Amino acid sequence: MSAPILQVRELVMRFGGLTAVNHVSFEAARGDITAVIGPNGAGKTTVFNLITGFYTPSEGEIILHGREGERGLHATPGHRIARAGVARTFQNIRLFGGMTVLENLLVAQHNRLQAATGFGIGAVLGLGGYRAAERAAIERAKHWLGATDLLDRADDPAGALPYGAQRRLEIARAMCTDPVLLCLDEPAAGLNPRESEELAALIRLIRDGGCSILLIEHDMGVVMNISDHIVVLDHGKKIADGTPAQIRSDEAVIAAYLGTGDDDEEPSPATAEGAA
Amino acid sequence: MSDSVLGGPHEGGAARSDDGVPAPGQTGGIPRGPAPAAPRPPIAHALRDAVMAALVSVVLFVPLVGLRTDVSPGSGLIIRTRWADVAILVGLVFAGRLLLNLWQDHRPARTAPTARRTEVLRRIGTFVAPLLLGFAVVLPFLPGTSRYVLDLGILVLTYVMLGWGLNIVVGLAGLLDLGYVAFYAVGAYAYALLSTNYGLSFWICLPLAGIMAAFWGVLLGFPVLRLRGDYLAIVTLAFGEIIRVVLINWVSLTGGPNGISGIPRPSFFGLSFSAGGGPGSFSDFFGLEPSPTHRVVFLYYLILALALLTNWVTLRLRRQPLGRAWEALREDEIACRALGINVTNTKLTAFAIGAMFGGFAGAFFATRQAFVSPESFTFIESAIILAIVVLGGLGSQLGVALAALVMIGGFEAFRDLEEYRMLVFGGAMVAIMVWRPRGLVSTRTPSIALGKRRAISGDLVGEGHG
Repeated sequence: MSAPILQVRELVMRFGGLTAVNHVSFEAARGDITAVIGPNGAGKTTVFNLITGFYTPSEGEIILHGREGERGLHATPGHRIARAGVARTFQNIRLFGGMTVLENLLVAQHNRLQAATGFGIGAVLGLGGYRAAERAAIERAKHWLGATDLLDRADDPAGALPYGAQRRLEIARAMCTDPVLLCLDEPAAGLNPRESEELAALIRLIRDGGCSILLIEHDMGVVMNISDHIVVLDHGKKIADGTPAQIRSDEAVIAAYLGTGDDDEEPSPATAEGAA
Repeated sequence: MSDSVLGGPHEGGAARSDDGVPAPGQTGGIPRGPAPAAPRPPIAHALRDAVMAALVSVVLFVPLVGLRTDVSPGSGLIIRTRWADVAILVGLVFAGRLLLNLWQDHRPARTAPTARRTEVLRRIGTFVAPLLLGFAVVLPFLPGTSRYVLDLGILVLTYVMLGWGLNIVVGLAGLLDLGYVAFYAVGAYAYALLSTNYGLSFWICLPLAGIMAAFWGVLLGFPVLRLRGDYLAIVTLAFGEIIRVVLINWVSLTGGPNGISGIPRPSFFGLSFSAGGGPGSFSDFFGLEPSPTHRVVFLYYLILALALLTNWVTLRLRRQPLGRAWEALREDEIACRALGINVTNTKLTAFAIGAMFGGFAGAFFATRQAFVSPESFTFIESAIILAIVVLGGLGSQLGVALAALVMIGGFEAFRDLEEYRMLVFGGAMVAIMVWRPRGLVSTRTPSIALGKRRAISGDLVGEGHG
């Protein structure tokens, strides 16, 4: 395994009496696609929310090895985590529905553009430095629109796009923040098989572009197909950690997905793939 | 939805069954409206509904209209009954409800607004704004423009400016602010106090008043950053009231309920507008006949310039990262955070810039009236400004200007109706909201486009969560 981009150590998250994440540790390697899987309620999304700063962990630490060296995400406020190079998408799509596709991608580049405006004064007056920055931002947006096959919809409101296109747009928007780690929360949910294929290709393209990926997914076809490394959670605990082949044959994983074998319920030959 | 608005409180149980049960005859293409009631004959159904409405109105009108207390000649109170009036009113409700039901059964199916219609409206819209602007510029020189019309113009433009200022907070950033008048008051008192106590001129006080208001905007912004929706609205409402109550009670500074009088009027680059002319006055310098109209015309152009400044800054900001961040905040705050936008700062800038324009308008108000008192800054002012923004269409500059014209100008136009004015006014507001639920101009123009800019339907645009 190459150098880690993200290290999660002894992460604990309690909501009142409920421990949603219980001493979870794992690493995501630089340039890899790391998948986090587990049955419903296993704590996957909570882990995501902890990494992206929507929750503050009760215990433990999350270290990002970003462009500016090590950074503890557990002590970083939400909006700074994105600036440190972690972008995310949401399980239930969160686009700016009343804004056009292009505007969505420009909002994602807010910090870079805002820095070019000189406290907004230069921009109100229409100075040249800002114009150049905006042109660069549009070029970057066009690049990701091309990669997600949305270029012809650039001037349409995001809320009017079909579901699959909205999913792709959310990924394009996250990529416009220029992240080192992209966290995808169930990106294949609700997609048909052909769209899932395209999504897998897009995720590989992003990985090959140098951005590491952390993925939550229920579609085992997608997970087994594209992941380099899989972390399995159940009831807030990590139960397995390894390559897709290792996970597929892991007793604990099969038990978690199909129920424990104690009851002698039909010893189905189905692997974890069947749980999708 | 509009049924319940039109029907008012007289609907009773019958109407509820209309809305709750999907009527059998309803087809998918018709957006709403009671069906031509397939199983029951429509007339019988309409009659039954109208009887229910009449019964409800009997309950309402018997105590409200039927019984009246009068002072008897012996200085005691006597009860007078007016059953004839009750009968007329109940009859009116019955007939009205019946006609409404029959009309709804027989009217043609409503067609959804097509893209073509939207396009036509948009094209008309592009003409309306320059026409309005041109009219505003030449108004003082049009023949037949009286002092009264100019004063009305100043009033309308003040509300246009306030509406545009509040539009930044409510329309763009989606933060519901019920206490906007507080910043208007801060600006007015800042100018009044600075000019009467320190003798500073209008042109120095104007930016100071704006800065003061922006400062208070940030001060209000901090505690409400975490609040949303109803809670935000209530806290901002309270803030507006706090400012007013402080103004009333801090007698040593603000003069309490007596207000501050003798506020200096603005000068034209150092030339005063004294009625008698004299050396150093505007009329003397330009060799004109001294006239009180000069000052009114000057004030008119002053508020026009201030309003246009507000508009210009807003339009520019909308195309900047800051403006886009405001709109993104209105659409989805959580997504903004995930994209690295500092939600705190973005909200505070919206409050501050919105408040600043409120402060400018307040300074203008003070110099125009030459007198400020807490009475001018009651909650109803906030409500009117918010109504202008909502009626105009959240986020739409043209819509807000039109709404200010309709509301303030219309209110004046109906002055002859005396006490029925409020009734007409309320009815007009309800009518606008029924026909155009997202305001007069509900579409949103994108801030940037690769190809041609196309207006975005109001249905897709978020209203903000507070």
